[in-house]
Amino acid sequence: MEKINPSLVQEELNKLAGEPLYIHLETTNGAYASHNDKSMLSAGAFIRNVKLQYKIGKITGPGPYRVGLETEMGWLYSEGLTEWEIDEEGRLLLAGHDAVGRLAIALELSKTPFRK
Amino acid sequence: MEEKHVLVIFPHPDDEAFGVAGTILSHTDAGTPVTYVCLTLGEMGRNMGRPVMANRETLPDIRREELEEAARLLGIDDLRKFGMRDKTVEFTDQDALAKRFQEVIEEIEPTTIITFYPGYAVHPDHDATGAAVVQAVRQLKKENRPRIHAIAFAEGSEEEIGDPDVVTDVRQYRDRKLDVIGAHASQTAGLMEQVRGHMEAQDETIEYMLQTERFWTYPIEE
Repeated sequence: MEKINPSLVQEELNKLAGEPLYIHLETTNGAYASHNDKSMLSAGAFIRNVKLQYKIGKITGPGPYRVGLETEMGWLYSEGLTEWEIDEEGRLLLAGHDAVGRLAIALELSKTPFRK
Repeated sequence: MEEKHVLVIFPHPDDEAFGVAGTILSHTDAGTPVTYVCLTLGEMGRNMGRPVMANRETLPDIRREELEEAARLLGIDDLRKFGMRDKTVEFTDQDALAKRFQEVIEEIEPTTIITFYPGYAVHPDHDATGAAVVQAVRQLKKENRPRIHAIAFAEGSEEEIGDPDVVTDVRQYRDRKLDVIGAHASQTAGLMEQVRGHMEAQDETIEYMLQTERFWTYPIEE
């Protein structure tokens, strides 16, 4: 993955607007967060292969970045994004990594389902 | 009691590295066959390598290769990947999972199963794996039951389940165990840096882990 270039990501978001997409959205602070530090709450969520179509998609922020997708009925929101790539299968992958490279958030958009 | 066949059951590639690699090496070196059932490919791992070498979609294939290399280093010829997804073990059909374990147990007739101690293994996948193993063994006829050597590392485990009854000195395997840990580079690069750089703060804990492996024989009730 590469450091996010927001204008390039914005171009990709524009291309995907209105398309039926499969989404992987995830956030995590690690399954061992509260084991390693009692003051921490292990919290995380992922949803994979949810279908979604957005009207407007925007990337904002000075970096780390935020992406918001407005759908007919609601919203998708993500923050802490630092890296991106279009992978070999043409999917838009965005992720946020902490200072030592651990993934904290992932937002992925694909026209075809992700491997379960 | 002499070991005829050891069955190792864990949910994630690298679970076999930290608490068990020395014990596995002692078996495979002695010519005892070891079967390793690994439920997932650690698809949801937070570590992506240092520097970052993977993304969420490439991580499973990278970890599959790491798992296969670790198994090779451990002398394990029979590695079985169960095709589940990381983080979801506790939400799957436990009866069906226990049945899959039973089929393996009936096929290879292990004398010992090594897995996690349900309720005391921190990660929900660990606890769920241990619970399904216990269920599988409990459903076998008493005379056919292998013993379970379970790993517990939750805070306060000793207060509740006592001290481990199997404490093995694996000093002679220390360097090979470190190689097994290192084979899981996407997950362990940070730890390997610590070991190789001899960072003071963590050194003692890491060295203890590399040289000592602790198991609780799980009490299977009637």
